[in-house]
This record gives sequence, structure tokens and C-alpha cells, in this order.
Amino acid sequence: MSSTTAGRRPARHGLGVLTAALHRWLALIIMVVLWELGTRAAKSVFFPPPSKIVRQMYHLWFSGPVSHLFLTSMATDNILPSLARMAVGLAAALVVGVAFGLLLGRSDRVLAYLDPLFQFFRVIPPPTLAPVFVVLFTFGTPMQLASIIFSAIWPILLNTADGARSVDQLQLATARVFRLRATTRLFTIILPSTMPKIFAGLRLSLSLALILMVFSELLPGTTDGIGFLLVDAQSRSDLPAVWATIVLLGILGYLLNVMLLVVERRSLAWHHGARRTEAT
Amino acid sequence: MLLIEKVGHYYSDHMALEDVNLEIAQGELVSIVGPSGCGKSTLLRCIAGLVRPSQGQISLNGKEITDVPDNLAVVFQDYSRSLLPWLTVRDNVALPLRRRGGSKAARRAAAVDALEAVGLANAAHKYPWQLSGGMQQRVSIARALAYQPALLLMDEPFGSVDAQTREDLEDLVLRVRKRGMTILLVTHDIDESVYVGDRVIVLGRAPGRVVADLAVGLPTARDQITTRELPEFVHMRAEVGRLVRGNGQTFNPGPPFSS
Repeated sequence: MSSTTAGRRPARHGLGVLTAALHRWLALIIMVVLWELGTRAAKSVFFPPPSKIVRQMYHLWFSGPVSHLFLTSMATDNILPSLARMAVGLAAALVVGVAFGLLLGRSDRVLAYLDPLFQFFRVIPPPTLAPVFVVLFTFGTPMQLASIIFSAIWPILLNTADGARSVDQLQLATARVFRLRATTRLFTIILPSTMPKIFAGLRLSLSLALILMVFSELLPGTTDGIGFLLVDAQSRSDLPAVWATIVLLGILGYLLNVMLLVVERRSLAWHHGARRTEAT
Repeated sequence: MLLIEKVGHYYSDHMALEDVNLEIAQGELVSIVGPSGCGKSTLLRCIAGLVRPSQGQISLNGKEITDVPDNLAVVFQDYSRSLLPWLTVRDNVALPLRRRGGSKAARRAAAVDALEAVGLANAAHKYPWQLSGGMQQRVSIARALAYQPALLLMDEPFGSVDAQTREDLEDLVLRVRKRGMTILLVTHDIDESVYVGDRVIVLGRAPGRVVADLAVGLPTARDQITTRELPEFVHMRAEVGRLVRGNGQTFNPGPPFSS
């Protein structure tokens, strides 16, 4: 019963939430404090204290007008295009990866033909392909998208194939007994059953997409983006801005991952629920 | 209605069924009982069209079964794997109705009706894994009922539930049969085969073949306590028991848990 499974977990409220949050963030807080103290004592231009980095972040990106949600034009001109490229790249990797993954997982013949090829492509470090992509695609967004897609697609594709291959035989037998149409079988049995694996792949792909987003913006021919800001700040020897960009990337990566986890928890509620009942 | 002629089936390393001949009439409730590993489930899968028998043929209403027939449903033993955990109980029951057409609302209404018939109308919006084992098996029975098959196959349907639930589910099968469908129940439980069936088919040890085909002389209205006290019941279960163990010869239970 849902009520009993919910009741078995300790109720969290008031002080409990606070201590849990504190435990979670304690190491980070201590690290930042030590960082601040250390950099202030060292007084090195290469290592500005975190307080200065935060002020720089505010000054560069978050001191804009209210009508732009406090974002400066520098932020809207660079952070948003980066995120847009990453979102489009990841979405394309998801669609293509899931489609090929299902094919690969459900058809032994397709698997036999394509698996060696995919295993080969998968192990190529995506940055090494940048020179190829530069030739194949136009500078800027097309080449950047290609880099993101090519790196983010593999975890999704191979995880989907793995999940589609291991759909429960009895669920498939049930589908046959009730003579479900191929589309019904795909969308109500194979795809949902593969979902946990797809999300596992997506989590890996998300971090790869973030890496390739920045990396592709470090290349020549870039006119905007977070990676562009980084190169730009470096060429001007603006160390606080370099650090600010790095911190921004960390925060973005963290927030994107949290968002993905929220989506996953919602779409896989059945999976976690079923696992919980199995465990008890 | 169902005609099984000279059916045999072998897997790569052993013979599971040999020369099985059976005829089952419309509306019968037939128990197929036998020791574990005698090929009962293989026979059922052949009838369901999930497995093509190596020899012989099976026909339903005069038509040879080559693929899963249209008007047939199966209740598997492993309910937790046969129900889809990402669908609510109601949507699980409504799923097979998709092929029959009709609006989504009509399908859902039919699903709720079927759930009512198995006493689970309240659980429609829950997920299968939120229910007990016995309740989940009721859901798979409801799913079969909603589909309204002419032939219902049950493969050890009550093998993984406790004794009390098992009795409740046996009575549910007896209620369900009043809808007029033909039911084939595979079980290794001798009492169950006699209590539920109109007819008990005994399969011998592997390779399975029919060793006896007995009519159950019990009244149609049955009850877990009084029916099991009747002399016919006691006599019949002893007879079936002897047959399952090998025709009353020396007691030889065979290797335990072999399958």
C-alpha cells in the first residue's frame, strides 16, 4: 500500500530538514571559507578570493535591469546562447539516441551490423573530432551542435539498447497474448520499460554535453557563449572573470543535474515505488 | 471447441510432451494436473500459440492455431511480471481492449466493471506494486475478463499466493466461469484441480502424456469447507493423487523441486 510505504520512511520536517541541508552543504561551506582565508593570506593575483569572484559574477552578469531578470546584456548574449545550444544538442541526441537504441536493442540483425561501428565511434574522444567537424560544418553554431550531439548521443544510445534488450519476456508474452499492435507494444511496454536506462544514459550525456558546449566555444570562429567569455577573459588577463566563468559553469552543471533528477523522479515514480516494495 | 491431436514438443535436450490428445468442449472448466516438469506449461503455451508444437496440431473452433488466437487470454503465474508497473491497475486492465476499438472512456469503464467483478473496484487508481500478491493476481484475472475471451488459460495462477488467498481465488474462478467462457487451469495442486474442475486431465511424468481423463462428479455449487468434506471429493483427490505419483505403484516422489 502506498500509505504504508510512505509511512515507513521517517517524516522530515522542521529541524530535520535544516540539519539534513546543513550536512549536505557543510563540506562546501568549510571549503569556501578555507578558500577565502587562504587566498586572502596569499594575496596572489592569480587566485582571487571567492568573495571577489562572486562580486565579479554579479558585476558581469547579474546587475542588469529588473525587466531582464537582473541579467546584463553580457549574460543574455553569452550564457543564453550556450544553454540553448546545449539544450538543442542534448534534445537531438536524446531523440536520435533513443530511436537507434530501440532499434539496436530490439533487432538482433541491426545489432549485429551496427554495434561494432557504434562501439568504435563511442570510444573516440569527442574533442579530437573537432578538427573534422570544423571541416564538415560551418564555424559557430552548426559545428558546436555537432560536437555536443556526437558526444552526448552514445550514453543514451547504448543505455537505451541495453534496456530495450532486457524487456521482461513475460511482459512481451502478455503483449502477444492480447495481440497488442506493434505501436502499442512500443509505446506502452518497450519504451516505458527502457525509461530507467534512458535516464541513466541521459545523466551521463548531460555532463558530456556541458563539457562539449564549453569546449566547442573555445575553438576559433566562436563569437559568443560561456567558453567564449572564458577565452576572452583570459586574453585580457582578467583573472577574476576567468574564475567567475568557471564557478558559473559549476553552478550551471549542478542546477541542470538537479533539474534532470526532478524530472526523473517524476517520470520514474513507478520504478522507484516498485523497487521499494520489492526491497521490503 | 479445442482439439489437441498427437501433440508432442521437444526442446533441444529433452522431450517435454509426447502424443497428447484432448478434446475440450465449449464452456468446460478443465484442470490439467501433473508433477512438476511434466510439460503442463508447455502444453498451455502451445495452446496459447506462444510456442509452436514440434509435432501434431491444435485447433480452436476448427481452425489450426499457428499464432496467438484472437479470442484467448492467459493468466500467468508470475503476476508481478505480467502486469505493467508503470500503468495504474485500471489502465492495465484496459490495455488489451485497445485492439477492440471504442473510446478511451468506454475502455476504462469496461476495465472498472471487470475490476468490480473481482472485488477490486477501489484499487483502480493504484499501481500493481502497491497491492498484495493475491490482489495483483485478481487484477490479471480482471484483465482477462475485460478482454472477454472465449478461452481462458491459467498457468499455475495461484502458485505464488498464500493458502487463504488461494481459496478465495479458486472461488473467484468458479464465479467467473458462469460468464460462459471455457477455462483451462494448469496446476500441480491435486486438491485444487478437483475442487475447481469439471474434468481433471492427469499428465504423467516427462515426457508428458495424458494418463487419465476424469469427470468430476461434484455439484456445480461448491464451497471450500463442505465440498472438501464430500466423499466424492475425498475419493477423487486420492485417485488423482495416485495417478500423479505414478498409478499407485511404489511411492516415488521423484527428485524434489525438479522442473
